[in-house]
Amino acid sequence: MNARRIAAYWIVFSVVLALLIAAPLVLPEFWRRFLTEILIWGLLAMSSDILIGYAGMISFGHSAFFGLGIYGAAAALLSVKPPNLWLALLFGVIAAAGVAAFVAYFSTRLRDIYFAITTLIFSQIFYVIIFTWTEVTGGENGLTFSRPPLAVPGLFSVPFTSQTLHWFVLAVVTLSYLVLRRITRSPFGMVLQSIRENEARTRAIGYPIERYKIVAVMLSGLFAGLAGGLYAIQNRFAAPDFVFFLVSGEVIIFNVMGGIGTLVGPIVGAAFFLLLREGFSRFFTEYYLIPVGLIFIAMVIFLPQGLLGFMRRTLNR
Amino acid sequence: MSDAPLHPLIKLEDIHTYYGKSHVLHGVSLEVGKGVVVGLLGRNGVGKSTTLKTMMGLVRPSRGKTQFEGRTVTDLPAHRLARLGIGYVPEDRRIFRLLTVMENLRTGLDRREVTEARKKQLLEKVYAYFPVLAERRNQAGGTLSGGEQQMLAIARAMMLEPKIILLDEPTEGLMPRMVSQIRQIIDVLHREGVAILLVEQNVPLTLEASQRIYIMEKGTVRHHAPASQLRVNDAVIHQYLGV
Amino acid sequence: MGIEQLVQAIPFDQLLVQTINGIVAGMILALVASGLTLIFGIMDVVNFAHGELFMLGAYVGVIILAATGDFWIALLAASIAIALLGAAIHVTVLRPLLGRDPLTTILATFGISLVLQNYALWQFGPVARKIQEPFTGHFTLFYLEYPWYRLVIALLSAGIIGALWLFLKFGTYGIWIRATTQDRVMAQAMGIPVPRVLTAVFAIGSGMAAASGVLFGPLVGVNHAMGLDWVLKAFIVVVVGGMGNLGGSIAASIFISLLESYASLWVSPAQAVIFSFVVLILTLLFRPTGLFVPTPK
Repeated sequence: MNARRIAAYWIVFSVVLALLIAAPLVLPEFWRRFLTEILIWGLLAMSSDILIGYAGMISFGHSAFFGLGIYGAAAALLSVKPPNLWLALLFGVIAAAGVAAFVAYFSTRLRDIYFAITTLIFSQIFYVIIFTWTEVTGGENGLTFSRPPLAVPGLFSVPFTSQTLHWFVLAVVTLSYLVLRRITRSPFGMVLQSIRENEARTRAIGYPIERYKIVAVMLSGLFAGLAGGLYAIQNRFAAPDFVFFLVSGEVIIFNVMGGIGTLVGPIVGAAFFLLLREGFSRFFTEYYLIPVGLIFIAMVIFLPQGLLGFMRRTLNR
Repeated sequence: MSDAPLHPLIKLEDIHTYYGKSHVLHGVSLEVGKGVVVGLLGRNGVGKSTTLKTMMGLVRPSRGKTQFEGRTVTDLPAHRLARLGIGYVPEDRRIFRLLTVMENLRTGLDRREVTEARKKQLLEKVYAYFPVLAERRNQAGGTLSGGEQQMLAIARAMMLEPKIILLDEPTEGLMPRMVSQIRQIIDVLHREGVAILLVEQNVPLTLEASQRIYIMEKGTVRHHAPASQLRVNDAVIHQYLGV
Repeated sequence: MGIEQLVQAIPFDQLLVQTINGIVAGMILALVASGLTLIFGIMDVVNFAHGELFMLGAYVGVIILAATGDFWIALLAASIAIALLGAAIHVTVLRPLLGRDPLTTILATFGISLVLQNYALWQFGPVARKIQEPFTGHFTLFYLEYPWYRLVIALLSAGIIGALWLFLKFGTYGIWIRATTQDRVMAQAMGIPVPRVLTAVFAIGSGMAAASGVLFGPLVGVNHAMGLDWVLKAFIVVVVGGMGNLGGSIAASIFISLLESYASLWVSPAQAVIFSFVVLILTLLFRPTGLFVPTPK
């Protein structure tokens, strides 16, 4: 990449970041929360992109990572008094990592379709467990809990406002983005991509594919769990619905709509989808998925590189 | 027999084909007249098989035209071309291994316009040429020997009652006895008025069986002449085939 | 506890009932799964929308039943209608994706499943409908009464699968389908209209799913989400039975349904489903080509 493109990238990045920082100051409450949700789903979609876009592994398991991230955070917030922000996030990440370890194991032994179906089943296993183990998980009704304050133990403790929460989420998501970006551009990321393009050849060159896949899954799971933790903090409830595999499906839709393998694309895709949903909901009440689904199908056929890919081509980058 | 009638049966005009980024055919032009046996020679990898595949509609050219009986057919899918009258016998035969011999033949035989009587006729004819197929008619294709599979591949193409058969290295890996059987089949088909485009590594056989020869090198046609003008030890043959 | 008491503790009559229930459910699952495995085996398409075709079949059955009062006409009409829908879906969405990354067909069929599900919710509302069984009547099994209808379902499902098998084995179209499965390129070179064959296969698979939906309708309520459960089970069956293996998926269907039936004697049906999941995972770990498939050399 030449210096001009690098400069252009960072300028765009800074502008977007500035806009996102300023947004909660000008937007009404509803849209403020909406924007925060977009960021959280965007983070989830980014984590999914690591698997789909970079490693080439379709996974329906993200609902498991995300859902367990939420429940993990819920566990922390309900069992430890006073409710601790960092503990919640940590529990969320750990819970998701646990599941990710399972999935990682299978990723090395199954290819494509079988892997996708297995991850789907995993999500469902957790769904059934959470749904029926009412004593611990609240079953169908889920769990509610209170939002922890923004605190550094011993220094200060300030309850979140919707603005400060937005900034906190923005900070976490931006940091995650930068980290993931660094990783995908590193030699590790390059190997992942070559696995996606031609696994046999990459293995023949001598790379231990299994190890790379395991790391990719763990990485993906960690950030998905983080997204789950953030979601728990923002919305203050956990429900089995988030573990249902359809959530994974939606995440994949974000990825495809935004552009696979671009990291930023999935966030754009999440925004696009959620905006469409919001828009269509005004006219179609709950059946927004019909037109949105049709748009998705059309994009799969005609715009497989997603919005970002399309923009890249028209701007001839 | 003139080999340049009003329209040649099949004609390729300046065909360019790519496999991915690789420019495999650089402007191939050739024609096969009605009922004529044309031989296509060249070293390995010059694009002979690709030429056949393009003719068969299995590979789409990026540039150039295919014409069949005067009609441009470049964009037609392979199954339409087969129905128009092009039969294809690929390298490594590719018979349907899990179908019986009979079922393999039926993939070509079962066409709506063919009457039951005609079907019987065609079957009897092909069983007469290839008695071993009649014996093994209910056996799975995969259980046949290499030579028998080759017979089946040719017989299967014949079931389409084609106007031209594309033969890709039919004698490869076969014993001499089978090679001469193939040679006889080519003659029989020629006598029946079926045109043949024969790709072969076996130069003497090709020169003997064909009326016209095309020689390819590096994705294009370098030389073509009536077969009678070429001998096995000709300079031309040496130059392009190193034989 | 002595052996006698142990034996007495086993609820034999319940076991028998559950065995029959398991086989009945297994046959319906087999019908759904054969359509799925047919589509996957021949077209290499993972049809996520299969459960929705099942569900829409049931709804069409409801409508036609209400209009004509005849269950069997409803069954036939639903199968045909959904087969046509399947053909339409294939031509508009799947044919353009031929030759592309198989990932895209999974995504496309997933999108279709979302659209169909919500369409059903929109048109029919969230309240479950009921299909009346074509005949009531029980026979006595021990001291229990077992409905005839369930046995009929099992027999019909077996019959339809049998008809499919015959169709594939003999008949021109059967040869075309099998040739296309083995070597799509050569099938084209032999004049077989491959795109049409693929559409027909998808249509047949869809029709079978619809028939299962109508047959199963009287046993549960017909509602927009009924497809989800079944598509999950069908996927498990297809993997455990061996992708593209018709006989295997039938065996797997019965196996899994029996397992769940027995399990539901002790745990709730919602939890019984975990057993199937476990079977799937074990299969994938140790016999990934399928439990009922001989290990490839």
